[in-house]
Amino acid sequence: MLRVEHLSKIYQAHNGEVEALSDISFEVQEGEYIGVVGPSGSGKSTLLSIIAGLLQPSGGELYINETKLSGITEDIGYMLQSDSLLEWRTILKNVLFGLEIRKTLTPENAEYAEHLLNNYGLYEFKDKYPSQLSGGMRQRVALIRTLAIRPKLLLLDEAFSALDYQTRLALTDDVYQILKRENMTTIMVTHDIPESISMSDRIIVLSNRPATIKRTLKIEFPEEVKTPLQRRNNPKFGQYFNEIWRDLDVHL
Amino acid sequence: MSTYNGISEARAAYLRKIKQRKTYVAVTQFTILIGLVVLWEVLARLKVIDAFIMSQPSRIVDTFVSMISNNLLMHIGVTALETIIGFLLGTIIGTLVAVILWWSDFISRVMEPFLVVLNSLPKIALGPVIIVWVGAGSQAIIVVALAISMVVTILEMLNGFINTDSEIIKMATTFGASRSQIFTKIVFPSNICTLFNSLKVNIGLSLVGVIAGEFLVSKAGLGYLIVYGGQVFQMDLVMCSVIILAVVAYLMYQGVAMLERYANRLMNL
Ligand SMILES: Nc1ncnc2c1ncn2[C@@H]1O[C@H](COP(=O)(O)OP(=O)(O)OP(=O)(O)O)[C@@H](O)[C@H]1O
Ligand SMILES: [Mg+2]
Repeated sequence: MLRVEHLSKIYQAHNGEVEALSDISFEVQEGEYIGVVGPSGSGKSTLLSIIAGLLQPSGGELYINETKLSGITEDIGYMLQSDSLLEWRTILKNVLFGLEIRKTLTPENAEYAEHLLNNYGLYEFKDKYPSQLSGGMRQRVALIRTLAIRPKLLLLDEAFSALDYQTRLALTDDVYQILKRENMTTIMVTHDIPESISMSDRIIVLSNRPATIKRTLKIEFPEEVKTPLQRRNNPKFGQYFNEIWRDLDVHL
Repeated sequence: MSTYNGISEARAAYLRKIKQRKTYVAVTQFTILIGLVVLWEVLARLKVIDAFIMSQPSRIVDTFVSMISNNLLMHIGVTALETIIGFLLGTIIGTLVAVILWWSDFISRVMEPFLVVLNSLPKIALGPVIIVWVGAGSQAIIVVALAISMVVTILEMLNGFINTDSEIIKMATTFGASRSQIFTKIVFPSNICTLFNSLKVNIGLSLVGVIAGEFLVSKAGLGYLIVYGGQVFQMDLVMCSVIILAVVAYLMYQGVAMLERYANRLMNL
């Protein structure tokens, strides 16, 4: 559903050029969960920003269902590390924010947003304000805000890394189920290798800057292993970890 | 006290302590004020200080009483009105200019040195120019007040706008928000606090402008009374006007503070 072809990005800055991405090509299938890992500063956020249309690539092309992408499109939802909830809006109004911006706040869409809140255990908080919610709940509200616009492709940039470890484990389990249930196609950027193994169908490992694709790894667990937590307890988990660790080739 | 039901002993003691402390502060403030007034009166009666030059509380009260039947309310009204118009116009125009400067990085860069100069220039110096341009009267006084509060508002508001959380703006951008949506839905609501801070500062600045303006041109207002009192060597009138001025300034500040609490409650801040 998404095809990335020979993508490159060179930043122009005062003190010279920074080559962030170099010749990145990959494809994502409908319903697939892709993890992207790479050393810090390699260009992971740059990649997502280009897919989301926030940044212009210096070269290469993007296609979504065979239509060429340029700029921000309706089909893509992008969730950032900070939940960026608006403190002066209620939870429901925060969730409706994306629809409001896109001028697609129809009664059906509003109902869909409420339905999402209901499904993910936040309905009773809909008239509360963000400051009354815990970090994990806020992050879920931010996710629902992104899902409410019914994206075909979801981009997550370190979406859980601002949370403490326990909340994060519980939330990834939750989010994984939400996304599978909605059959969402997802690209998740993280520097947390275990997190990407626990959630992804496929992991793209990026090299140091300028980022190239070092390797693509298919993640397969036995049928009975369903949730991220169960994956973490499976023996294959450690094997995948070691493989990716070797590829990343981290030096201090 | 049914509201105290369900509150632990320690909690109740803690709340009591906070309340007690507040009372102590208020009582001390009141005592200092009364003490100073009494001291002033006593020193004047004992002729330690010259009441003709320093005035004296009892004479100020006498002046106040005689002025009430002598257009005092009109003078207060004139000053208050000029101040309110000046600071509202200064805040509104200043905020609008800040919006334009936020909108266009180019205009903002072009204007920067001019704003810096305007900001450090004492606007009172423009008084005579303003009088010549708009005529000697209330309009000149309002323009002086406006000029003083406007430039500060532009700088304050622009600074607030520019420092809006960039992550939130990025979030809105991912939904394809236009510049005007970003402003109305994020930048402006994020800066309600900045706006009220500007309003509070502007009351003071606007009063400075109005009093200075009244010194220059007026035939009415507290500034006029102060200058007049000085000229005819009636210190009681000067002191009385200054005290009334302080009360007016305090009331206006409280008015804005009340408005701010109301706005904050409305926005859940
Ligand atoms: N606007 C910019 N101008 C110039 N250089 C930039 C800009 N944005 C990012 N870079 C540089 O491009 C490189 C890649 O940045 P990017 O944010 O994509 O990395 P990342 O993989 O997301 O890093 P992290 O793991 O720290 O989130 C970095 O070296 C960064 O310094
Ligand atoms: Mg990043």
